[in-house]
Amino acid sequence: MTDGGALPAGDEGVTRRLKALACTAPLHDLDARKTRLDWLDASRYQMAEIALQAIDQVTLAMDFDHGADQAQVVRRLRPFVAAQAPGAPQGEHERVGHWVVDNLVNIGSLDRGFQVDYGTVDADGRYVRRRFDFKLLVEVAAPDGEVYLRTSDEAINVLVGALDTDVESAQVAAEVKLENLISRGRLGDARLAAEQARYRTVQYAEALRQKLDATRRDVRTVDWITAVPVLLDEALTHIESRYRAETAILANIADARDEATEPGRRRQAAELVDVVNDCIQRHTQLQARLQEAGATFRAEQDRQQFSGRPKRAAIDVFGQLLRPCLALDTATATGPASAFFSAGAGVRVPSVPSLTGLVETLLTPPVERDPLGQPVVEPDLEPATAERFGERAWERSGEVLDGGRARRLSALLAQAREVDPDLPALVALRVLHGVGSAIGTARNQGDPSVLLALDDGTVLRDPEFGGSDLLVATAAVLDGESDVQEEVA
Amino acid sequence: MSRDVSPQDVESAARLVAHGMRPKALPSRDAGYAELVRRYRDDDAFADTVQRVAAGLGLVVLAVGPQSGIVLAAVEESVFEIRMDEYARRTVLQNRQADKMLHGLAHLAAAALAFPRPDDLGDDSYVGRVSVDQVDGAVREACRVLDERTAGDETDPESDAPQLEAAWRAWLRRPETTATKDGRAGEATTRGIVGKALRFLADQGFLVAVGTEGAYRTTPRYQVQVRELAAQRAFDELLELGVLPVAAAGGSLRAPAGLEAPGV
Repeated sequence: MTDGGALPAGDEGVTRRLKALACTAPLHDLDARKTRLDWLDASRYQMAEIALQAIDQVTLAMDFDHGADQAQVVRRLRPFVAAQAPGAPQGEHERVGHWVVDNLVNIGSLDRGFQVDYGTVDADGRYVRRRFDFKLLVEVAAPDGEVYLRTSDEAINVLVGALDTDVESAQVAAEVKLENLISRGRLGDARLAAEQARYRTVQYAEALRQKLDATRRDVRTVDWITAVPVLLDEALTHIESRYRAETAILANIADARDEATEPGRRRQAAELVDVVNDCIQRHTQLQARLQEAGATFRAEQDRQQFSGRPKRAAIDVFGQLLRPCLALDTATATGPASAFFSAGAGVRVPSVPSLTGLVETLLTPPVERDPLGQPVVEPDLEPATAERFGERAWERSGEVLDGGRARRLSALLAQAREVDPDLPALVALRVLHGVGSAIGTARNQGDPSVLLALDDGTVLRDPEFGGSDLLVATAAVLDGESDVQEEVA
Repeated sequence: MSRDVSPQDVESAARLVAHGMRPKALPSRDAGYAELVRRYRDDDAFADTVQRVAAGLGLVVLAVGPQSGIVLAAVEESVFEIRMDEYARRTVLQNRQADKMLHGLAHLAAAALAFPRPDDLGDDSYVGRVSVDQVDGAVREACRVLDERTAGDETDPESDAPQLEAAWRAWLRRPETTATKDGRAGEATTRGIVGKALRFLADQGFLVAVGTEGAYRTTPRYQVQVRELAAQRAFDELLELGVLPVAAAGGSLRAPAGLEAPGV
C-alpha cells in the first residue's frame, strides 16, 4: 500500500480462514482458563482434548430424532477424563466433564454461543469490522420436552479438521487415504479415516432431517425440484461408495486382525471392525430415510395443497408482515413489531385492590427465613508445612553472600557453617539458583543486583555437599537498554 | 342523534363495554351479554352510545358479534394500553432493544401461524391452532431461508453497529432452548419468548389451551383483533418504512418467492 490508495477488496478465502480459525478459539480458551478454577488442580487436565472428545460424543449420539442428553455425554466422557488424572478425588472427573460441556455450550452468555470480530474490506476499500457468531454445541428441544445437545456444523468442521472444505471432495480424499493406510497396515490412522467418513454420514443425515422437517411445516419452502434431489443423489452416492469401501475394509481388517501377532495391533484392528460396523449401521439408517423422503414429500403436498380463495381482503400476516420484518435490521424491525404487539395485545384492565384481598395480603405471615443464612461448612484443615528457612536464615545467608568480590562456594559454605550449622544448605541453594540468573528478568523486576555463579571446573570438597566449587559474585544491574544488552551478550 | 338517550341506555352501553374488559366472557355463556350484543347490532342509537362510552374511556370498539362478543382496543396513552416496556420488563438493559423486537416478532409469528392464509383471517368460522413448537419452528425456517438467500454476501453484522444486525440473524442467534435447573425453558430463549407470547394471549382471551401439550386454538376475538387492527397497524408501519409487501392469494406461509413446488 505504498501508493496510499484504497485497500484491495476483501479476499473471501481470508475471511473463511479467519472464521475457521475462530471456531477453534473456544477450545484454546478452555486451557487458558482452567487454572482459574479453584476446585481443581487444572494442570493435570488437557481441556481442549476433553472438549474434542465431548464434541465427538455428541456428534456420534446425534440421529434423526434428537441429539445427546447432557448427562449421558458427561458419562461417556468420564473414561477420557479419568485417564488424564487417575488419582483425582471422587466426582472431579464428572465435574470437569460438565465444565467442559457447559463451556462448549457457553452457558452464561445470553445467546449461548461465541462471537469473534474480524475485518473485511468492502467494495470501496473501507476496512469494516464484522462480528461472526457461531456455536459449538447447541441445546435443542425434543418432542418429549427434554433438552438435548447437538453439534453445530461449525463444530463438526473443527472436529474433523476439514476447515472450509467441500464435503464431497473431503470424502473422496478420506477414502483414498483409508485404502492407502490399510495397504500399509497403519490401522490407527485407518480408524481415524473411517470415523471421518462417519461424520460425513451424520452431516448428510442432519441436512436431510432439516429438509424433511421444513417440508412437514410447509412443502413450498423446500426446493424439491433441484436442491433436494441433488442432496438425495449425493447422499445415495455417498452411501453406495461407503458400502463398497467398508466391505473392503472389513475383509482386510478381518485378515489383519487374524494375522496380527502383536496384541496392540490386534486390538486396534478389532476396534476398527467395531467402528466400521457402526458406520454400516448408520448408512443403513440414512438410506432408509432417503427412501422415505419422497413419500414424505408427496404426503405433505397432498395435505398442504388444499386451500381456498380469499373471501375478503385481508392481510397475509406471514408473508406481508413477519417475513419483511425479519429481513429488516434490528432497530427498524422494532417499529412494526411493537406496533403489532400494542395493537394486538388487547386491553389491560387496571387492577383495583379489593379490601378482602388487601387484608389477606397484609396478614399473611412473612416467609420464615433463618437470619443466619445457610449453615457454614466446616472447612477441612491440614497442618501447613513450615517453611524450611525462616526470615532470620534468609537474612544471614544474605550477609554471607553479600561479600562484594568473587569468592569460591567452599569459602561461603565454611563462613555460613560458622554462623549456623543449618545455613550452608540455604547458601548452597541460592548459589545454585545464581547459576541460571537471567539478567533481563532481574532488570525487568527492578532488582538492584543479581547473584551470579560460574563453574570453572574446580571440584567442591565439602562434608555435606558435592559438585563444582562455583565462583560466586554479586553484580549490580545497570539501568539503560544498551548496558543490559551487553551484559546479556 | 334523532332521539334522546336515556340514562338506562348509557348504563347498558357501559355494561356492554365492561363485558369487553373481561377477556374470557362470551355472549354464548351469558344471556345478558348476548342480549346487549343483539341490541348493539339492531339499534344504531345504542351502538353509537356504546362507541361513545368506549371512546370516553380511551377505547375503540373493533367489532361486536355473537361469537366474539365486543372486541375493544385501547387508544394510545390510555390507561388500558399494554406497553411493550411493561410486557418485556424482565430483560437486561443492554438487550432491551433486541428483546423488544423479538417479543414483537413472537406475537407476529403467533398470528401468522394461527392464520396461515389471508383467507383464514377473513373467514369468521376459521379456528387456527398454534403451539410453541410450530411458531418457533416456522420462524427459524423463515430465518434459515433468508440466511440461504444471503449466503455468500457479506452479511455478518458490523461490530460497531449491533442495531444494524438483521432481525432474522438475531432470532437465529438466540438459542432455541436451554436446560435450566428446574427443567423449565429459559426465558431468554426463542421458545421461552414464544411460550410467553402464547400464554399471554391465552390470558387475554385470544387463545384457548387445548390438551396438555402446549397447543392452543384461536378465539373469534383474536381473529377480529388481528384482522381489524394489529395487522393493519403493522402493515402501515411497514409501508411507511418503504417496505411494500405484495399479497398472494394462497398465503405466503406456503409460497415464498422463487420456490414454487412442482404441480402446485
